[in-house]
Amino acid sequence: MLSVFSQVAFILIVVAGAAFFLSNFSAAMRQRGMVIGFDYLQHTAGFEIGESLIPYSPADTYGRAYLVGLLNTLVVSGVGIVLATLLGVIIGVARLSTNWLVARLAAVYIEIIRNTPLLVQLVFIYFGVFFQLPPVAQTLQFPGPIYANQRGVFIPRPLATATFAPWLIAVVVGLLLGIVIWKRSGRLPAARFRIGRLAALAAAILIPALVWAWSGTPPLTVQVPVRERFNFRGGIALSPEFSAILSGLVIYTAGFIAEVVRGGILAVRRGQIEAAQALGLSSAQILRLVIFPQAMRVIVPPLISQYLNLAKNSSLAVYIGFPDLFAVNQTILNQTGQPVPAIALVMATYLTMSLVTSFIMNIYNRYVQILEK
Amino acid sequence: MAASIADIEPPKRSVGVVGWMRKNLFSSWYNTLLTFFALWLIYTAGSRILVWAFTAARWGVITQNLRLFMVGPFPPEQTWRVWLCLVLVSLLFGLSAGVWGGTVRTLGTGLAALFAILLVLPFGLTTRAWLGANLIAIVGGFALGRGRSAWGRWVLLAWPVGFVAAVVVLQGFRGSAWLPEVGTHQWGGLLLTFMLALVSIVASFPLGVLLALGRRSRLPVVSLLSTVYIEVVRGVPLVTILFMAQIMVPLFLPAQMRIANVTRVVIGMTLFSAAYVAENVRGGLQAIPSGQIEAAQALGLNNALVTFLIVLPQALRLVIPPNVGLFISLFKDTTLAAIVAQMELLSIGRSVLAQPEWLGRQTEVYLFIAAIFFIFSYVMSYASYRLEAALGVGKR
Repeated sequence: MLSVFSQVAFILIVVAGAAFFLSNFSAAMRQRGMVIGFDYLQHTAGFEIGESLIPYSPADTYGRAYLVGLLNTLVVSGVGIVLATLLGVIIGVARLSTNWLVARLAAVYIEIIRNTPLLVQLVFIYFGVFFQLPPVAQTLQFPGPIYANQRGVFIPRPLATATFAPWLIAVVVGLLLGIVIWKRSGRLPAARFRIGRLAALAAAILIPALVWAWSGTPPLTVQVPVRERFNFRGGIALSPEFSAILSGLVIYTAGFIAEVVRGGILAVRRGQIEAAQALGLSSAQILRLVIFPQAMRVIVPPLISQYLNLAKNSSLAVYIGFPDLFAVNQTILNQTGQPVPAIALVMATYLTMSLVTSFIMNIYNRYVQILEK
Repeated sequence: MAASIADIEPPKRSVGVVGWMRKNLFSSWYNTLLTFFALWLIYTAGSRILVWAFTAARWGVITQNLRLFMVGPFPPEQTWRVWLCLVLVSLLFGLSAGVWGGTVRTLGTGLAALFAILLVLPFGLTTRAWLGANLIAIVGGFALGRGRSAWGRWVLLAWPVGFVAAVVVLQGFRGSAWLPEVGTHQWGGLLLTFMLALVSIVASFPLGVLLALGRRSRLPVVSLLSTVYIEVVRGVPLVTILFMAQIMVPLFLPAQMRIANVTRVVIGMTLFSAAYVAENVRGGLQAIPSGQIEAAQALGLNNALVTFLIVLPQALRLVIPPNVGLFISLFKDTTLAAIVAQMELLSIGRSVLAQPEWLGRQTEVYLFIAAIFFIFSYVMSYASYRLEAALGVGKR
């Protein structure tokens, strides 16, 4: 009975508060001639966007402009998550290295990255690194070939040829066959065990290789950026803004992922490793069969929140002028003079992104957790 | 007579510098490779940075704009008010160091050493006098509080009182000759950065505790609304919330109410961090063994008393370290106020770089700003680590 009363009281308080704010809100909206509605998405945008994955021109609608921003955010977040995981794992393992110097270097990296604001790191990378690259005439060249100059970073682009589709099928078939043989060979007696493993590797490598040889042309060619009179052509051109936001997010998040990885590895008890050694497992086997599955249980949940942080932090791109979701939405908001629906839309979009990411990662988490008996 | 075991020297290869290096740097071929790679990395990066710092860099951009970096557009003739507040902080710090000792004492010693070092640097006479006053305040406070552990409660109370006093001194009063009003739009630099972080974390704490209690409530409506609030706020970036606060807060309030821009930022950051405080507190609440609650109920306490006398005091103690971590990230996140045009440290950096004589000095300015954030965050995370050890969290 009491609980019903207190709930009713709570609802009344919330409703009263909401009514107070909403009445102010609607009065303010009327007074300023603002509306709540998403009609503006159909109107012509009329502004340029620096970079876009899909064809876009100022004659397109605000809705399409918003989509351009969303895709830019998704690309930065997706690529950033992959690269940050790679770098983070390397640094996290280096932090635990028996090599004193390597462990200290990793620790210094982690402390510096974790104790300075991401936005400061971003402006530092943008203005201090990418802004100060040499002009086109003195382009820096890195192995790859990767070129870097004031206009951005240019990397090779893989191009699919006519034989790409059959080759891809061969790769998938080879991999599946290899995995099946690999799993089966685990049960074979010791003498035939090695043969089984070799057969698995052979299946995974030989099938695509044979298809390649039979078709005569390589399935992929690499389009290398070529220097022309004023700039590079071909390959993939990454703008300085994109490069800065991507490397900033990767460097920053890797510092946090490294700590997550370190915590996960340390959480595996010493006795587990000693027991595995006593059973005669090699150190690679210990890593793969004992440490890795147990560490993953600890690593995955905090890793999910790091991924979510990276996606949310990509909104800081607005400060260095990369047209991500938030930045494009700011332009739309300023042009239409309708901030309320624009803010609601952008918040809902980020929320959806977060929910979808955590949904997918939670499925993976459940899969990892089952390994525990 | 044969030498006794103690007389035989240990093998040279496993002790001393050589032994240490063999064990930690050159234990296998790949470790040797790694060591040389690391040395090469340190050498190339280090030598370039040193050469740049001593030849190409023009540190005048920092030293000549130091006042801007510290207090922003705060009126120069009123800077003494900021100094006075700093002296107050030093005094309280000294007192706390004396009363509690331990980590606070280590930090206090560091702060005193910092003032002593700054005192040696070639600042103007007024600045040096104020630095000296700070040093005296911290040492005097320490001498006063030393061994008086009974004062603990009062010193703890003195911090919030001192904070309010500092805000009053900084803000001043309209029309006063002594303390003319310095509106928050004239606060900037490190001062504003600290104020934003401090006010938001303090204001978000009660809200966060209520949200955590609400989320664990048995009343479905309360728990649903709290959960939705927490998850929505945690699912969106801080920038969007800051913008929402900037644009929407005035719309939600009566038309005659005017809210300063800084206040809107503080409201945004408070609403944001409350959700994170709530999750920290929820963790603390869950860590309280149910036996505690059952024992309290057996003693005849009602639900409210159980919560406020038994559960919360124990839970809040557990969540101090994660909340210090939250404060550190909030302190770093104050840079986002730059996006909504606040003159905090990062914006000051941009406006300094807009001065024609310092064009293109981005590296110096942003390194300096990063160094300031690094020092404060590092010290705070060290303190929180020690605090965790002192509270024995996780040890039982």
